[in-house]
Amino acid sequence: MGLLEIAMDFLAELREKFSKVVLEVLEKDALTIVCQREGSLELISYLKEKGFKHLIDLCGVDYQGYKSEKKPERFEVVYHLYNLDEKKLIRVKVPIPENDAWQYSVTGLWKTANWFERECYDMFGIVFKGHPDLRRLLMPEDWEGYPLRKDYPLFLTEENEWKGYKEFLESVRGAK
Amino acid sequence: MSLYVEVVKNGNGKSESEYFTINMGPHHPSTHGVLRLVLELDGETIVKCDPRIGYLHRGVEKLAEHLNYNQTIVLSDRLDYIASAANNIAFCLAFEKLLGITPPRRARLIRTIVNEMARISSHLLWLATHALDIGAMTVFLYCFRDREWLLSIFEKVCGARLTHSYVRVGGVRLDFTQEIIDELRRFTEEFPQRILDYETLIDVNRIWLKRTRGVAVVDAETAINLGLTGPVLRGSGVPYDVRKFRPYDAYDEVEFEVPVGERGDTYDRYKVRMKELHQSNWIIKQCLDKLKEVEGEPVLAEGAPDLLLPSRIREPEPKPHPKKGFIFTGKELPVVPPGEAFASIESPKGELAVYVVSDGGPNPWRLRIRTPSFVHISAIPELAKGHMIADLVAIIGTLDVVLGDCDR
Amino acid sequence: MEGGSEGMSDIIAQIPYPLLVFIVAFILVNIALFHVAYLTYAERKIIARMQQRLGPNRVGPRGLLQPIADVLKLLQKEDIIPNNVDKSVFKIAPLISLVCAGTGVSLIPLWEKFVLSNLNVGLLFILALSSLSAYGVILSGWASNSRYALLGGLRSSAQVISYEIAMSLALLSVVLMAGSFNLQDIVKAQVASPFKVYLIPQVVAFFVFMVCALAETNRVPFDLPEAETELVAGYFVEYSGIRFALFYLAEYFGMVVMSALAVTCFLGGYAGPFEVPGLPFIWFLLKLYVLLFFYIWVRATLPRYRYDQLMGLGWKVLIPLALANLFVTAFLKLYL
Repeated sequence: MGLLEIAMDFLAELREKFSKVVLEVLEKDALTIVCQREGSLELISYLKEKGFKHLIDLCGVDYQGYKSEKKPERFEVVYHLYNLDEKKLIRVKVPIPENDAWQYSVTGLWKTANWFERECYDMFGIVFKGHPDLRRLLMPEDWEGYPLRKDYPLFLTEENEWKGYKEFLESVRGAK
Repeated sequence: MSLYVEVVKNGNGKSESEYFTINMGPHHPSTHGVLRLVLELDGETIVKCDPRIGYLHRGVEKLAEHLNYNQTIVLSDRLDYIASAANNIAFCLAFEKLLGITPPRRARLIRTIVNEMARISSHLLWLATHALDIGAMTVFLYCFRDREWLLSIFEKVCGARLTHSYVRVGGVRLDFTQEIIDELRRFTEEFPQRILDYETLIDVNRIWLKRTRGVAVVDAETAINLGLTGPVLRGSGVPYDVRKFRPYDAYDEVEFEVPVGERGDTYDRYKVRMKELHQSNWIIKQCLDKLKEVEGEPVLAEGAPDLLLPSRIREPEPKPHPKKGFIFTGKELPVVPPGEAFASIESPKGELAVYVVSDGGPNPWRLRIRTPSFVHISAIPELAKGHMIADLVAIIGTLDVVLGDCDR
Repeated sequence: MEGGSEGMSDIIAQIPYPLLVFIVAFILVNIALFHVAYLTYAERKIIARMQQRLGPNRVGPRGLLQPIADVLKLLQKEDIIPNNVDKSVFKIAPLISLVCAGTGVSLIPLWEKFVLSNLNVGLLFILALSSLSAYGVILSGWASNSRYALLGGLRSSAQVISYEIAMSLALLSVVLMAGSFNLQDIVKAQVASPFKVYLIPQVVAFFVFMVCALAETNRVPFDLPEAETELVAGYFVEYSGIRFALFYLAEYFGMVVMSALAVTCFLGGYAGPFEVPGLPFIWFLLKLYVLLFFYIWVRATLPRYRYDQLMGLGWKVLIPLALANLFVTAFLKLYL
């Protein structure tokens, strides 16, 4: 399939260049590189130069309350990169601390990262430094809270509802 | 009434160039779903375009964290509601990687057939709405006539016309009956003639060529940079098709070609999708022939999870106890192996990828869905620069966006 | 007005002239309205059959009462006038469109001895009326106080004005051959000429005229100003109820008048190979119906032009073609 057969010398070169950045290299269903936030932008640019030109996905994960493994930080930003010529998939995970939630933006490398990062900000509250236009994407502009975080409830109580919906309810009830 | 020109002043009090701001609001007969576009026009030419989405956001990713794995299949139907079977397959592939289950061969063949039927259905709807937007009404009705046939076959297969929930973790829900196989054979025999019907109306029509040649041209580098996938990318010359690059289900057993365009304009994407209709038809024919070899096999794998998984499993270990005889203590085992999995398929709109993280519990910890329509709508500002409003409808049509897919 | 047969002339002679004109005009308008209403029905049925479906068939036998049902529905709808519109202009604009479209009916010779208004400059008058109808479009777009309406109105009026030039040039070739602007004289000249119909020598002019007629009445493939999928009905987006019906009627009236003009100028008017006793207008109506079918057929088949391509077609292709045709006609008329 090509997922697991990354050349050994490629990996060795990677570890050598980014020894301080790379925390772990795992082999799950795809080659996974866990790296620190500080050198992550250089690592991803290096991967793009090496041929991983297709950014399939960029997402955030919230690990608060994760039982089966001890995670270093609360959030994680996960990049999935694909090499179209050699047909290889690679996953880069960057742990992000909770009280210092920001990450470098890759919009300079891929234009498609623009909306992925906006959605990650919208859902988790992770700020992307260097993003040209970071505002909410899926939720209304004046929404409060970051929905996909684990401490955000699935259903809001009526007092915490969005202002626009409360106004609508009042106008309907007032008319009655 | 104020003058049609809106003067934008910057901080110095000097006015910048006048652009006419217009809002193609969420209710619109042409954009496929509730998409709001804020356009800045210079006369008829689009200078800036800002898509505002979220009107169909239902929180699928948040909901999935509270549902069992097999229950999230129902959520997946409603993403790209035109080709639901494809979404189901993407979810099931990710979950099967997580659980380590392989579906049996008959299930894989049936899944391939259903995927291709969904592809044909989606492309027919695309052609109908794209032609209707550009003005050719009759193609719309011809395409819907054939799509009705496909939807009635879907109804025979799984009971639902639109939101199938047919593909389950470990295989498919029910087997194909002989009636379905015969009807599908009849469909594959008659369909190429129908494709010819549509092509006669618009393929070499001067007005169609004028409206689609040279509109929204994307070269290969920009297309990969913008994240475009599927027929949009293939129209620009890049032969990237997930069915060939990372084959899943029965795609390594069947032969088919991947049509590729040259110029990357709207007409080439139209030709790519028309050729894909022929290829899908051929794939269904081959799979129907191969189904005869695996007559009578099960369609659901052995270890496939039930609909409702238990919230925890205890490993029974009877230990002797001085007073009570034997007691059971058990460590808690994970219901689903913890870890993560990534799977992507070639949905009719592009590359649909699912990334799932598991905690060991019966619900996914994080279910991330990367949908093609999301990325394609984000590419509209880039593609629409310099074009006119009338082209904008053609551009949205050629990107084949479904808002359910984009907003989730 | 030149009137009836021998038996009725003494009754007719006793009615005061203005009243007579009024009665005949009233009858003619009603017949024209009837045609327009059933043209909408015919369009829906024919397009439906071309698209392999049935079309309206519930209201009345085979759906024949559908136009009446539509009119009744539109009549009893709430008359919504948006807040910030210019009220007087808003109310007048559809009437301008309808009157300018409908008045042309009075000039068309229906049979040999009948034309409601035998103006010596009849053709010119019809062209002037179509120019005036552009006012209805612009005023409705302006008065609606909506960006979409204004854009639609401006585009539509620009389209109408451009295609009028080519249409007038095409008609001028006919005038050259017939030697008069009077529509009765044009038909008589056609019958007297060796070709019987001006279609044969003036094929180019007929082609240009039909394309321009499609553009004048905002029909597909030139219906961008009112395209539902792009600007949501363009210049009459804010109109509802009976006002919307007036615009709709004006469009179909325009179709009927343009087709009638084409029949008169190019296809020989009311003349036919043999006389049908009792129905002197039968040939006119048959030719009219053929041209209306052509309008409907085009709508079912072709996609829509983009606005700049539409204007390019009018200015860069049709006007030079019509001009060239005019010069060739003049040259041939002078030296042959």
